[in-house]
Order: sequence, then structure tokens, then C-alpha cells
Amino acid sequence: MNTEVLLQQLFPHQLDYQIEGYVIKGSAQTDVGQVRILGTVNAAPINQQIAMELAGEILQLVQQKQQTPVVFIVDTQGQDLSRADELLCLNRTFAHLASCVDLLRRGGHANLAIIFGQAVSGGFLSYGLMANEVYALSDSQVKVMDLNAMARVTKIPADKLKELSQSSAIFAPGAENFYKMGAINAIWPDLETDWVSQVLLNQQHVESYLVDQRRIVGQQRQGRVLCNHIIEKVIHS
Amino acid sequence: MDQVMIKNSFYEKTARARILAVVDEHSFNEILKPAEIEVSLHLSALDIPGSFDDGVIIGTARLNGTPVHIMAQEGQFMGGAVGEIHGAKIVGLLHKAIQDQTQAVVFFVDSGGVRLHEANAGLIAISEIMRAMLQVRNAGIPIITVIGGTCGAFGGMGISACLSSTIIMTEEGRLALSGPEVIETVKGVEEFDSKDRALVWRVTGGKHRYLLNHVQALVEDDIADIRDAILTQLDAKVGPLDLEQLLKQQQQLEHQYQRWFGKNDGLQIWHEMGISQPEKIPMLSAHEVVLVKQG
Repeated sequence: MNTEVLLQQLFPHQLDYQIEGYVIKGSAQTDVGQVRILGTVNAAPINQQIAMELAGEILQLVQQKQQTPVVFIVDTQGQDLSRADELLCLNRTFAHLASCVDLLRRGGHANLAIIFGQAVSGGFLSYGLMANEVYALSDSQVKVMDLNAMARVTKIPADKLKELSQSSAIFAPGAENFYKMGAINAIWPDLETDWVSQVLLNQQHVESYLVDQRRIVGQQRQGRVLCNHIIEKVIHS
Repeated sequence: MDQVMIKNSFYEKTARARILAVVDEHSFNEILKPAEIEVSLHLSALDIPGSFDDGVIIGTARLNGTPVHIMAQEGQFMGGAVGEIHGAKIVGLLHKAIQDQTQAVVFFVDSGGVRLHEANAGLIAISEIMRAMLQVRNAGIPIITVIGGTCGAFGGMGISACLSSTIIMTEEGRLALSGPEVIETVKGVEEFDSKDRALVWRVTGGKHRYLLNHVQALVEDDIADIRDAILTQLDAKVGPLDLEQLLKQQQQLEHQYQRWFGKNDGLQIWHEMGISQPEKIPMLSAHEVVLVKQG
């Protein structure tokens, strides 16, 4: 389904947005009031310019001190593969963007990320995974790498990876796997419900998001059975 | 002479040996020693031998008497890549650092990023590392990162490294997002020739990162130099990552972009920065490059 239709379903009350290049900016009316929409579309390869633009928008919003909630739209194939971007330390610009999302959280802005099309590795790390909560539309693709490419790089036969992916959530692509591991809060089966309002209404106590809960959720859902246990062991050593 | 140089090289050492060489004698107290946790089941499912430390050593130590929390990734085990256990040890130590109100966190990053064999767990772990590092910084605790190992700092670990309050690099260290091989495979050899080692260093290496202020310090691949640089940073005052600081960072990034975006070789930028004989930079020692930068 195209972005326009999806957005209209997600924000049924009032919606206003512009898409320039790969960046989407806008605002919408929800049950908690006006929210800001910000993110990327069309499987954006995130480069210096996009990362800076998103970061700049977030900082402006924090500066306004209105605690406006933010809905991040995630559709990225990952970082742009370019020497010019790497020369200026693309990872550092991504770290800056991630710090800005964290500042937004600490500034008391309710926020969530919605995965529209793709959420891949570095592009996903830079802002989507930094949000208070992450939701995926049912046909979205969440991954680090395709199984075939993974087979090439790890030199493990693709058949073996496919077979193992039936019983393990640990490496194979899929929003369902990220849900089990605690990084996706829910996969929305349809857009009949006003999910965005519902999520934002539940984020009234924004302080509770200051503590990263993903390892605990991952353990409860049995997607990551070791991680929380090890972290606790280290903290109490 | 060669003997001495090898003995003092950070690059040539294992993760554990790097910690032991840099911190005060007998001060390192390893947390989760080998055999205290299980070996990664994710690797054995793929018939790959695991490691008792899962490629990262964590613990507490002292530097000139100052208590620090320290961690070192082992580049020789699966490229220092982050899997579930590896990531959990790092996140655990970062939280412990806050709980213990340590003076500083010292992090020897040596990693290609996400461990593909545990791709989803690795990616989420890196996101948890990022959030935990930001929590440490916002608790007023500095994070001093050293990049000087065989694998550099790439992918998600390249992003994480840049959340440190200070990065110390050697010339041999590399810091970037995508590996040159990945860019070459997808975009072609004209975009990035990964076999051209000199070019790779002019784009991702310590000297370039230092000259462009991507990192704060450049040192020789020498244990004593690295220890001195860490000690200097222990005394440096670090501010919180508040709105003011991030606005400043934003401005610097925009300025950098306007000034240099479109270049594709460090050499072009060094030349336009007004460095005389920029082609000599790769031949200079770290100390000489520091003097060049200071003008």
C-alpha cells in the first residue's frame, strides 16, 4: 500500500504533511492533541543530509518546549553506501541523530516509531530503534541482511540458515522476530483502530520510558533468553 | 628495537592483554570470568566454536589510582562482532558503572559491528548499548574510547563509539559506518576500491578522523602513549548532552557538510584546509600530525 493511503488511515482526524526527497515532515491531530510527524519514506538510503535534517527538526521541537509528541515514520534500506558520506564520518552523524532522539525522550516528549516499508540495520539504529516504542505494519520488512547475503558473508549454506530460522528468532529477517526479541512493541494487523492515539494515550507517564525495557520484554517473549540474565549478573557482581 | 616496538604495540595485543598493559598493575578485576557464563548457543547451532568470553572482556580497574570501569572487544574472535552475550556484557557494565558511580568508563572498541550469525539480537544489543552509553554520559560519567585494534570500529559499533565523550585513535585505527568492502560490492570499485589500503586509511583512518575533528586525540600505536592519553582525558571536564551541546554539534555538522561534502578523498580536504604538503600526512608520526593540526 502506498505511503499516502497508509498515513490517511493512521491519522484519520486531520493530517498535513510534505515529502521532500526521502524526508517526510508533517503534523496530525490525535486524541492527545497535535503531534509532529517526522521520518523517511521510499526505503530511504540514509545519508549525511537526511540524518542532519531529521536531527535539526528534533532539536527545533525540543527548543519549543511544548512537549509535542512525535511519530517517527521509518522506511529505510539502511545507510547510504557512499565514500563521500563516509569521508565525513556518517556513523558520527548517526550518533548525533540518535542523541537527539534521546534528548527528545528526556525532554518528556511522547514518541513512537512506525515501520512502514523497511527497517534495515544502521538506518533503523539511528532513530527508529531509539524511539520510546516501535510498531510495525503487517507487511513491513525488518532485518539486518537477507538470508542469501548472510549465507554469502558467513559462508554458511543458505539452506541451513533457512532451516534454523524456522526455530530461532535470532538472525532471520522479519518483524515477528524483532517482536519476540523485545524491539518491536506490536505488529498492527490492520489500520481499522486509531492505534497512534491509543499508544500516545498510554504514554502519559513518559518517565517510565527513561529505562530501556527491551531486554526484559525479550526475555518474557522468550526471544532473547540470555541477555537480561547476563546484564543482571554483571550489575550485581 | 623491533622487539621493544612489538612489545609496546596495542594493535598486536589481545583484548585482555590490552587491558592488563594499560591499567595499573594488579588492579584489573574481571567480571564474568571465563566459565562463569555459558558459551553462545547461537554459534554452536551453526557448528561454530564459541568463546568463553564471547569476544569481550569487562571489569573494573584503576588508572593512576583512579577507579574506572573498562571493557575491551576481542577483534580476533568473530571480528569483535556483537552478539547476544557480547552485547549483554557491555550493557551490563555500563549500567554497573552508573550504579557504582565510577570515575570513567574506558572502552577499547575493536569490532565490525553486528554479528551476522545472531543478526537480530546483535542489532538490538547495539541499540541497547547506545541507550546505555547515553545514560552513562547523562549521569555525568565520561566514556573514553580507544580505537586502535585490527577490526577498527564499523557498523553499529562505529555509531556507538561516537557516543563517547572522547575518542582516542591510532593511525592504524579505522572508524566508519559501512566497510569499504561492502561499498565496493554494492556500488562498484569506482565508488570505493577496498584493496587500495592507502585510500581506505585516508577515508576512515585515525589521522583523517583527527584532522577533521571526528575524534579528539591521535596517538602512536604504543601502550604508554595510549595510557597517557587516557589519563589526560580522565581529568578533562565533560558537559552533559543537553540541548545546548546538541545544537552546537548540529551546527558543526552542517558547517562540515557545507564545506566538504562532495570530496571523496581525505587528501583533497587536507589540501583545502591549508595543510602544506598534505601528501606527506600518511608518512608522519602521530605526534607530527598533531603538530601540523595545531599549526
